[in-house]
Amino acid sequence: MESNLNIIIAIVLGVIILIFAALAIYHKKLSVAIIAAGAVSLLASIMYLLLAAPDVAMTEAAIGSGLSVIIFFYALNKIRKHHD
Amino acid sequence: MIKKLLLFVLLAGAGVMFWTGISDYEVKQDLNPIASYYADQGLEETGAANLVTAVVVRYRGLDTLGEVVILFLTASILGFFLIKRDGKNDFRESSEILKTASRLLEPIIILAGVYVFVNGHLTPGGGFQGGAILASALILAYLANPNDSISKTLLKITESFSGLSFVIIGVLGIILAGGFLDSTLLPAGSIGNLISAGVIPIIYLFVGLKVGSELAGIVTNLKYAPKNESE
Repeated sequence: MESNLNIIIAIVLGVIILIFAALAIYHKKLSVAIIAAGAVSLLASIMYLLLAAPDVAMTEAAIGSGLSVIIFFYALNKIRKHHD
Repeated sequence: MIKKLLLFVLLAGAGVMFWTGISDYEVKQDLNPIASYYADQGLEETGAANLVTAVVVRYRGLDTLGEVVILFLTASILGFFLIKRDGKNDFRESSEILKTASRLLEPIIILAGVYVFVNGHLTPGGGFQGGAILASALILAYLANPNDSISKTLLKITESFSGLSFVIIGVLGIILAGGFLDSTLLPAGSIGNLISAGVIPIIYLFVGLKVGSELAGIVTNLKYAPKNESE
C-alpha cells in the first residue's frame, strides 16, 4: 500500500519535473527559465529523498536550487544590456 | 524540413538504443562483490554510522580529493577571468523585509551547515552539502546587504588552509596508518558518537570549509565582475 503511494507520488513528481524542464527550455524570459530550472532541482531532490538517497537530495537542494540559481542570476545581470 | 527529419531520425535512433539498453533490465537482488564488501565490512572498518560517508571519505577518498581539486580549479579560473577592473560597484539597497529576515536566518543557516558537515559521519550529509549550505548563508548576506563585502583574503586563507590540511591528513595516513587518507589514523571510537570514525569528521570539517569558501568565492567574483560594456 505504502509503496503504491510512493510510486504515485514519484510519477506525479516526474510529470511536474518534465513540465518545469520544458518551461526552462522554451520560455522567452530568461529569468523565468532560471527559476524553472531551480524548481526542477528542488523537485528532483524530493525524488531522491523518495528513492532513499538523502545525501544526494541534500546536495541537489543546496547546490541545484540554491547556489546555481543565484549564480545564473548574477551572470544574467552581468550580460544584460544596460538600457533595459 | 530535411533538418526536422534528420532530428526525428536522430531521436528515433537514440530511443532504440536506450530501449535495447533498458528493455531487459531487472532489479538485482544481491549486491556486487565490492558493494557487499562495503556493506558488510564498512561499519567495522571505519566506525562511520553513515555508510555513504564511509565510502566517500575512506574507500573513495582519493576521488573526493579529486572533486575538491576540480572545484578549486573552477573557482580559480572564474577568479582569473572575472578580475575586477573598475573599483566601485554600486548596488541598489535591498528591502527592509529582506534585511530583517536575513538577520534572523543567517545564524540559523550557518548553524545548519556546520551541523551537516560535523555530523557527516552519523547522519545524511557531509562536507559538500554543509559547505554549500554555508555558502548559501553568505549569499543571503550579499542579497540583504549588497554593498557590504566579505573579506576575500579570509576566504582565500580558509580555503588554502583546509585544502592543505586535507592533503596533510592524507599523507599522514601513508606514514602512520595503512595508506592515503586511511581513517584508522585515529581510533575508531564507539559507533554513533560525535567523536568517532577516526579522521573522517576532521576530513569532512576541512572539506566543508573548503567547499563553502570556494562557492562563496565564486559568487563574490561574479558579484564584482565587470558588466558587459560591448553593446
